[in-house]
Amino acid sequence: MPLELICPAGNLMSLKAAIDNGADAVYMGFRDNTNARAFPGLNFDDAQAAEGLRYAHERGRRVLLALNTYPQPDSWARWTHAVDRAAKLGMDAVILADAGLMRYAVKNHPQLRLHLSVQGSATSYEAINFYREHYGIRRAVLPRVLSLPQVENVVKHTEAEIELFGFGGLCVMVEGRCLLSSYCTGESPNSAGVCSPAKAVQWKETPSGLESRLNGVLLDRYGKDEKAGYPTLCKGRFEVAGETYYAIEEPTSLNTLDLLPEMLAMGIAAIKIEGRQRSPAYVAQVTKVWRAAIDAVKKNAAGFKPTQAWQAELNKLSEGQSHTLGAYHRPWK
Amino acid sequence: MNLSLGPLQYYWPRDQVLAFYAEAKSWPVSRIYLGETVCSRRHQLRLPDWLELAGELAAAGKEVVLSSQTLIESEPDLNVVRKLAGNGRFLVEANEWGAVRLLEAAGVPFIAGATLNIYNHETLDVLAEAGARCWLPPVETSRDALAALLERAPAGLETEVFAYGKLPLAYSARCFTARHYNLPKDDCQFRCLDHPDGLTLATREGESFLTINGIQTQSAGVYSLIGELPALRALGVATLRLSPQSHHMGRVAGIFSAALAGEADAAEALARFMPGKPVDGYWHGHAGLEYAKERAC
Repeated sequence: MPLELICPAGNLMSLKAAIDNGADAVYMGFRDNTNARAFPGLNFDDAQAAEGLRYAHERGRRVLLALNTYPQPDSWARWTHAVDRAAKLGMDAVILADAGLMRYAVKNHPQLRLHLSVQGSATSYEAINFYREHYGIRRAVLPRVLSLPQVENVVKHTEAEIELFGFGGLCVMVEGRCLLSSYCTGESPNSAGVCSPAKAVQWKETPSGLESRLNGVLLDRYGKDEKAGYPTLCKGRFEVAGETYYAIEEPTSLNTLDLLPEMLAMGIAAIKIEGRQRSPAYVAQVTKVWRAAIDAVKKNAAGFKPTQAWQAELNKLSEGQSHTLGAYHRPWK
Repeated sequence: MNLSLGPLQYYWPRDQVLAFYAEAKSWPVSRIYLGETVCSRRHQLRLPDWLELAGELAAAGKEVVLSSQTLIESEPDLNVVRKLAGNGRFLVEANEWGAVRLLEAAGVPFIAGATLNIYNHETLDVLAEAGARCWLPPVETSRDALAALLERAPAGLETEVFAYGKLPLAYSARCFTARHYNLPKDDCQFRCLDHPDGLTLATREGESFLTINGIQTQSAGVYSLIGELPALRALGVATLRLSPQSHHMGRVAGIFSAALAGEADAAEALARFMPGKPVDGYWHGHAGLEYAKERAC
C-alpha cells in the first residue's frame, strides 16, 4: 500500500488520537535515551507500550518503535535490551540508525522487521542498499535534504521501501550529522536523544527584550511584538558579517501537502508526521488533515489540490505559523 | 603517534591549494587526506587533479588517502565515490555508508571516517568486517567514551582522532554561505572562495559561536588536544588529525610534532597560530565549546 500515514505517539493519548483520526501506523519510543525524543514526561514504559499495541492492533493498525540513537559503549546493553523488549512486545517494526544494533537485531530476532531511521543519514541508494544487503532492512526514512528528483532516483535503485517526512518540525541539517546541540550543551540527538534540551534553556526579560539562551549562549532576543518560539539552536538569530538574521533557518514547519501527487507517482511507501513531543490535540488535528489529503490523492491524483481549509488548519499548528516545502523544492537550498 | 593532515574543508583558489600541498611535503605529517568532502559544486580541483596531486605527495614520501564526500545527493556524487573506490592505488576514507558499500564491494581496505557515526565497538566491528583498517570516532566523542569503546574494539584496527582545527559539526542540503549573500545555491557565485577559513557566525552579543562553510557548519572555536597527548597515547591512538587552515598550517604541524617529541611549552606556542579561541569540551565530556583551562580558573 503506497502512502501510508505514519503519526507520532509521544504517549498513550497521542497514540489513540492518531489511530482514531486515521493513522495507518504510529511510532513511539521507550522512556529513556534509546530514542531521539528522550524528553522528560514523554514516551512509553512496557505496560503502556503493550496497551498501545493492543489498541492499534485491534483496529488493524501498526506500531513502530524508534530505537534511533547511537548506542554508547558503556551502556550498550540498554539498546540491545530495548530490541529484546520490542520483539517480546510484538512491535511491528523497529526503527534503527546504528549498524551494530541492526546486526544484533538480525541475529537475535530474525523475524523482527527493521526500518532504517532518518538518524542513519542515508541519502543515497548505495547507503540504503548496504543496510538492506547486510541486515535486510525493509524500509528507509530519508533525511530531509533531497530534492524530489533526487528522492525519485533513490526509489528507483533500491528494493527498500522509502518513507518521507511530510509535516512538522524541519531539521535543516542532515539528521544524524548534526552536533550543534552537543557543541552548545553537551547533548546531541545522536548520543543523548535530545536537541537543544529544555534543561539548558534560559529565558530572561531584559531592557532590550526577552532573551532566550541555551547553556548561556544567546540564541535570540525578541521585541515587544515578536512571538518567541522554542529556542532550537538552528532557529535563532545570529550575526554574520554585521548582519543579524536567521542565519540557518527561520522558525517554520515542513509541509508537503502540495507534493502528494508526485510522491504517490514515484512510489513513496509512507509519509511521516514529525512531533512526538506535541500534544494529543495537535496529533489529532494533523492526522485528520493528512488522512483526508492522502485519501483524496489516492482517489484522484490528477485532480488533487490541497483545500484551503487543510492548509489553514496546518498553518495554525505550524511553528511560526508558516510552512515550507524544504529541500524537496530546490530553491529552498 | 603520527600526525595526519585532514582533508581541506574550505574552498580555496586552485593555486592556493597547490601551494599549500607543495609546502605540506615538508611538514611532519605522515598521512595526507585529499579531495573535496563538503560540496560537489566546488571544482577548482577535480578528481584527476586530486589524483595527480596524490601521486606527487606519495612520491614525496607521504601516505595519501582520498576522502569521499560527506553528503551524497545525486548520481554524479555517487559516480565520484565509485571512481574513488576503484582508483586502484590510494587508500580511501569513507565518509558515508554508500562509500562503505562500494569499498566493500571493491574488496579494498579503507579508513572509516568520523561521520560514519561509530559510537560503539559493535559498529566498529561491522566496519572492520567490511574492510576498515583505520577509523575515527565522531568528533563529539569524549576520552571516557573512546576508552570504553576501545576496551572491546576488534584487534588490529588503527585509531585516528581529530585533534586540531575548527570542528566539522553539521551538514545540510542548504548552503549557508549562499544564504548569507541572498544567492540561490545553484547560482552561489562560489562565494566560499572569499572565506578561506569560513564565515564567522556570532551571537547577537558578538560572541563568536559557529563558522559557516557552505553546506557545512563548523565550530568557531578551534579544537585542540595538544595538552592531551599522554591520554591519547595511553589509549593507543595511532594518528592525530590536524585540519587545514589558511595560514600557519606548517607551524601548527611543527608544534604538534615538537609536543609529541616531548617539548613542554608547545600548547602555548600553538595559541598564536589558531584562527579562533581554543576549545576541548568534547574530550572532557562537556559541551564542545568549553575549554578545560577556563573551567579550572
